[in-house]
Amino acid sequence: MRFNLRFVSGRIAAQVALLPAMLIALTVFCGATGWTVWISLTNSRMLPNTNFIGLRQYGSLFANERWIVSVQNLALFGALFIVISLALGFLLAVLIDQRVRAEDLLRSMFLYPFSMSFIVTGLAWRWILDPTLGISKLAHDLGFEAIQFDWLVRQDRVIFTLLAAGVWHAAGLVMAIMLAGLRGIDQEIWKATRIEGIPAWRTYLFVVLPMLKGSFATATILMATSVVRLYDLSVAMTNGGPGIASEVPAKFVMDNLFERQNIGLATAAATSMLVTVVAVVAPLLYWQSRSAERAAR
Amino acid sequence: MRGQSGAFSPVRLGIYGFLLISAAFFLLPLYVMVVTSLKSMPEIREGNLLALPGAPSAAAWIKAWSTACTGLTCNGIQVGFWNSVTILVPSVAVSISVGAVTGYALSLWRPRGAALLFGILMSVAFVPYQVFLFPLVRMFSYVGLNSTLLGIIVIHTIFGLPTMTLIFRNYFASVPIELFKAARVDGAGFWRIFGSIMLPMAVPIIVVAMILQTTGIWNDFIFGLVFAGRENFPMTVQLNNIVNSTQGEREYNVDMAATMLTALVPLAVYFISGRWFVRGIAAGAVKG
Repeated sequence: MRFNLRFVSGRIAAQVALLPAMLIALTVFCGATGWTVWISLTNSRMLPNTNFIGLRQYGSLFANERWIVSVQNLALFGALFIVISLALGFLLAVLIDQRVRAEDLLRSMFLYPFSMSFIVTGLAWRWILDPTLGISKLAHDLGFEAIQFDWLVRQDRVIFTLLAAGVWHAAGLVMAIMLAGLRGIDQEIWKATRIEGIPAWRTYLFVVLPMLKGSFATATILMATSVVRLYDLSVAMTNGGPGIASEVPAKFVMDNLFERQNIGLATAAATSMLVTVVAVVAPLLYWQSRSAERAAR
Repeated sequence: MRGQSGAFSPVRLGIYGFLLISAAFFLLPLYVMVVTSLKSMPEIREGNLLALPGAPSAAAWIKAWSTACTGLTCNGIQVGFWNSVTILVPSVAVSISVGAVTGYALSLWRPRGAALLFGILMSVAFVPYQVFLFPLVRMFSYVGLNSTLLGIIVIHTIFGLPTMTLIFRNYFASVPIELFKAARVDGAGFWRIFGSIMLPMAVPIIVVAMILQTTGIWNDFIFGLVFAGRENFPMTVQLNNIVNSTQGEREYNVDMAATMLTALVPLAVYFISGRWFVRGIAAGAVKG
């Protein structure tokens, strides 16, 4: 009897221990999401109200030039950021995997940017790309008068400066994930392909690459998440400028929430971001779990 | 191609060449930050970004630390540093504790609602924070947590919960189940098993969690900006204010010294923890 009582009390204790997490999950994660979606359906300005106006906020959102520019920036930045980081990270991992000297040193040099904040990253790159005193002046002083490297203040180029900083921050992470993947591959493959006389680069491209599907999915999901959250980097590097040329959706939401006092529009923007994330991440997760299942078999 | 080491072929030269160029690209910002912070402003205006400082001076570092201005106050970035420390220590401790207990309960006790809770937590890891911000600000001001130290600690606990729960759940799920069953048969309860069996075994994953949370919370900008309040602004927010709200001529050496000071804590964590850092990212990245 005493034994049984203990048994039951253990289960109750487990249930009680789970309460904080349950509370957070239901009120904050579910509750706040629902509230945000609800506000986006009202004409709230500075304070939330309950005047239901259907999808009108979404109409004005997608008629808003600042939002459109933000979305275009994010799409361009996101696509290039993910593709370039994956390519560079994979290449670095393959090269490091060639039994090079000073492997540990190289790895830490590639990965250290990832430990730093986007504010630090943004400020460092802003100084390097400074149009008057940065790389541009260096090039001029070295005699390359023709080089006008003023992308940081050019509306049509500024997004590529964010891209450079972003790739610098994340490529090492991809390298680390890919290297772990490479080290996990069955070494017999190398013997087999060597006997067959298949060149190494073909083995990497057609045999190893498909085997690293799971690693690619993991890296892509990590980067896609950080792309949608992109905010600090834009704030630190350009504050959305010049003009509105480097605005991003997360910043659009923040500005409308806390400066422009238009919470209806801000929550409509946040909800649009949420829908996009679900649409992008759900298939990726499915792909990742399927390739994990296959690997387990 | 693996193997064939030692043989110096054009291919290996190419490999080393590419790796060295990449290393230069990755090291460039750190190098530029350090040399700029040690230069004087006249020297910076001459414009050789990559040159070593003629007469290295720590003046900019001292100014950045103790007298640089954010708006009207000129107490340097040290204010932000100590704010960040004050936020960091309790936030790391509380978020890891809640995550460890939740992960332990989920993995070994299979309580009611476990699947639902875990599903919600895992989905949240991808959701942009902007979705939660406004309702959270309203909820927090309703209970008087807005712009308080306690408020920002609660925020870091909330947003650390998905990753912390995940890594502890995965870790405890790999513990031999016989150990757990034997302890239960011996009459040990929920907390007893946690305290005397699971926690001592979980030291490696606690270290991983500390690395993740320390760098994550130190590098946070958006939560500090929204929830900490002016009095508690963390270092990242102060740094951005110092650099981006300068009136008149920018002092690039002070800016870069302040930037380096802000980067020091995560850099130290990174270089001290070594491969554990990678392990942390991997543990937090593998879902399900």
